Amino acid sequence: MIRVVVQPEPIDTAAELALAEADAGRAGAVATFTGLVRVDDGVTALELEHYPGMTEAALRHLANEAAERWALLGATVVHRVGRMAPGERVVFVAAAANHRAAALEACAYLIDRLKTDAPFWKRELRGAETRWVAARDSDAAASARWLAE
Amino acid sequence: MAVEMLYFAWVREAVGSGGETIEPPAEAATVADLLDWLGAHSQSHATAFADRTRLRAAVDQRFAPLDAPIAGAREIAIFPPVTGG
Repeated sequence: MIRVVVQPEPIDTAAELALAEADAGRAGAVATFTGLVRVDDGVTALELEHYPGMTEAALRHLANEAAERWALLGATVVHRVGRMAPGERVVFVAAAANHRAAALEACAYLIDRLKTDAPFWKRELRGAETRWVAARDSDAAASARWLAE
Repeated sequence: MAVEMLYFAWVREAVGSGGETIEPPAEAATVADLLDWLGAHSQSHATAFADRTRLRAAVDQRFAPLDAPIAGAREIAIFPPVTGG
């Protein structure tokens, strides 16, 4: 099953993992990645903006690509939008497969590509100050690595 | 033909709006031409679009370079490089 969700509500990792494990059935393996709002630099909140319609389509495209490349039994991408506090979950990715290598690789692929291929924008709040987060070259390199292979 | 423009993140703030419907002139062949035309009519657009290296675009909800053609496009979005995850 391909599951793509963009939501303002907190991400329920237990519920998402249960769905992913149901995909794997008795055959397999599930690898997951959870991204959290970093607690550093005096950041008091993080805001995520997205492009309704295009964001969901871009995530679905990546999930379908991963499912095909690693013959996945399931792929999950849940991304939160709106305002969240340090320590809260921003993103959850899961890949269900018959064997661990495929699940682990697909999971890494999904989060690496998501960072460069899905329209989201982060803004950090430090008290009354706000700052749009700049894109990082290291993220571009991590994403490009999957295309070069 | 009418085109729906959408702006995100700091581009939205600099333009002062999340979007607008425009009637681009026939000579606007690419996204960059459109940005030139919008900037010529509005100081806030000109400021938002001043540094093209900081801008990315989508034409009908697909990422596109600024020199992409816009013929037949219905929705064009302008935004900074993405920072999700």
